[in-house]
Formats: sequence, C-alpha cells, structure tokens
Amino acid sequence: MNKKFLIPLAVFVVLLGFLGVGLTLNPREVPSPLIDKAAPAFSLTQLHEADKTLTPADLKGKVWLLNVWASWCVSCRQEHPLLVELGKANVVPIYGLNYKDQRPDALKWLDQFGNPYTASIVDADGKVGIDYGVYGVPETFLIDKEGVIRYKQIGPITPQVLQEKLLPMIRNLQG
Amino acid sequence: MTRLLAAVALWCGLVVSAVAGTAEPVAQDPVLEKRLNELSAELRCLVCQNQSLADSHAELAIDLKNQVRDLMRAGKTDDEIKQYLTQRYGDFVLYNPPVKASTWLLWVGPFVLLVGGVFVLSWILRSRRRDMAVAKEASPADTADRERARALLAGDGAARE
Repeated sequence: MNKKFLIPLAVFVVLLGFLGVGLTLNPREVPSPLIDKAAPAFSLTQLHEADKTLTPADLKGKVWLLNVWASWCVSCRQEHPLLVELGKANVVPIYGLNYKDQRPDALKWLDQFGNPYTASIVDADGKVGIDYGVYGVPETFLIDKEGVIRYKQIGPITPQVLQEKLLPMIRNLQG
Repeated sequence: MTRLLAAVALWCGLVVSAVAGTAEPVAQDPVLEKRLNELSAELRCLVCQNQSLADSHAELAIDLKNQVRDLMRAGKTDDEIKQYLTQRYGDFVLYNPPVKASTWLLWVGPFVLLVGGVFVLSWILRSRRRDMAVAKEASPADTADRERARALLAGDGAARE
C-alpha cells in the first residue's frame, strides 16, 4: 500500500478530533476574566430591609456565594430548590443579587419558593451586573475570605457542579 | 352626529399625538451617537453571540450601549471603553481580538495553513514533473519496442519473423 494515502487520512482524523471536541464545548460559557480578581465593589440596598446597604467589604473574612437571580428568570426557578437546600445545610452564606427586578415581584417570588439568601441586594438598573460581567442569569460567584472571586458558574448550579466543584472549593477555602 | 364624529376624530388625534410625544429624540448628540454606533459594531453582544452590540436589541445589549454612551460622555476614549468591557466580559466581547499569547494561533493559524498548502502543492507539482521526465527518458526495453514498431510501420518483412 502506498504510504502517501496515510497523510490525508491523518489530516482527516485530526480534523475529526477537533470537530468532536468542538461538539462537547458550550460556546455560551464565556470564561470570566474576573476569576482570581477582587470582587468588584458595590454598595446596594437590601431587598428586605431597604434602608440597609451591603458591600463586599462587609463580608471580608467569610467565604460566600453571590447568586445573581431575578423573578423573571426561568432558569433561576429551576436552580432554586438546590439553593434552598444549600442554604438550609448552612455550609456557606448565600447572598442574592436581585438583577433588574421589581421589588414586589422579587419579594413575592422568595415567599413562594423559599428564601435561601442571608440577604439579597437590589441591582435595579443592572449596573453592578455589568461590573460582574453578568450576561446570563442565573450566575453564581464563589468569593473567598480576601474578597477574591474564585469561581463563576454561568447558568443554573446543577447537583453535579455543586458536589464536584463548588463544595470541595468551599471546604478548601474555608479550611 | 357630526359633532360626535368630530369629537371622536379629535380624541383619536389627541391619542396619536400623545403617543408620538412619548417617543424620545433619536439622537441628542449626532456625533456621539455616530461614534457609539461605530464602536458598538465592533463589540459582541453576549446574549446573542453572533450579533454586534449595534445590531442587537437584547436587554443587556441596550444596557451596555447606554453604559458605553455614558462612558463616552464622561470623555473616555474608545480604547478605554474597550478595556472597560474586556475587564468585565473578557476578549470575547471584541470582534477584533488583540494579538497576544492566547490568540496567537487565531491570528497566525490561517497563514501557517496557507504556507503549508503552498508547500504541499509545490511538492506535488515537482514530483509530478519528475515522473514525466523519467517517462521521457525511455528505458532500454522501451527503445527495443520502439525500434520494432518503427520496423513494422516501415513494412520491413524481417521484423515480422
């Protein structure tokens, strides 16, 4: 057999490999440049107590989750039971960033589906969302004791992501 | 009856003008809007990834355009605005990504493929030319056959055996 025919075959196999890997990637998941950077500062009013504000500086020394959610967001509803469970387990404080929502809708939504958040803060115009590079709600940031973003979940947290990624990272950062 | 019609017509006219009145002026500052359009044509909408910010009507795209407009009003240059966005969303927002280590393959890859293609083509052409040259340089067996053919054509009976 002529060895020359092996060259196109090899090229084809390599191409097939690239295409195969391409199929498993999700183009919607854009890696965040904020990983391992300080969480952008904000000072926003809280959802339940509108006279109180919250800033990331208040949470220094704690490992915490910042979950971006909205009552209009369908995937948030899908994710919510898991967050409620995680909130009950008292593993890590979850703070909610109520993104471009109406206060009454947001409060009703939490009453209806449960409130896993230590506190939710109100980002009515989405400016803080832009600072955090939010483009697809829900998104969740894991922030360490120094206020550095360590992980970003784009889209709903799945039980698999929680068990295999988030919880080990949280234990590691808390330890 | 005519008075009723007139009233209805007047009311309709009022409604129309009221609705028309709520429409915002398209461009308060045409120069700035032009600059905004040009810059946002180079920026990718993250929600509908194959559209630019200029083309997209996604809510995030509108928010980002407003943000870019505010930054322009604040006197930021286009480069500063691009930097502002890449700090938050990564190089992915730029349709024209910068040349650096992680984008090196993206920029150089096509040229490498082109040079490789030219090399392979010239190699194939050269080997084909070599084959033809070899074919022209007749082998000894060929010469004998040719001699025989010439003899046959010439009608030399001796060649018939």
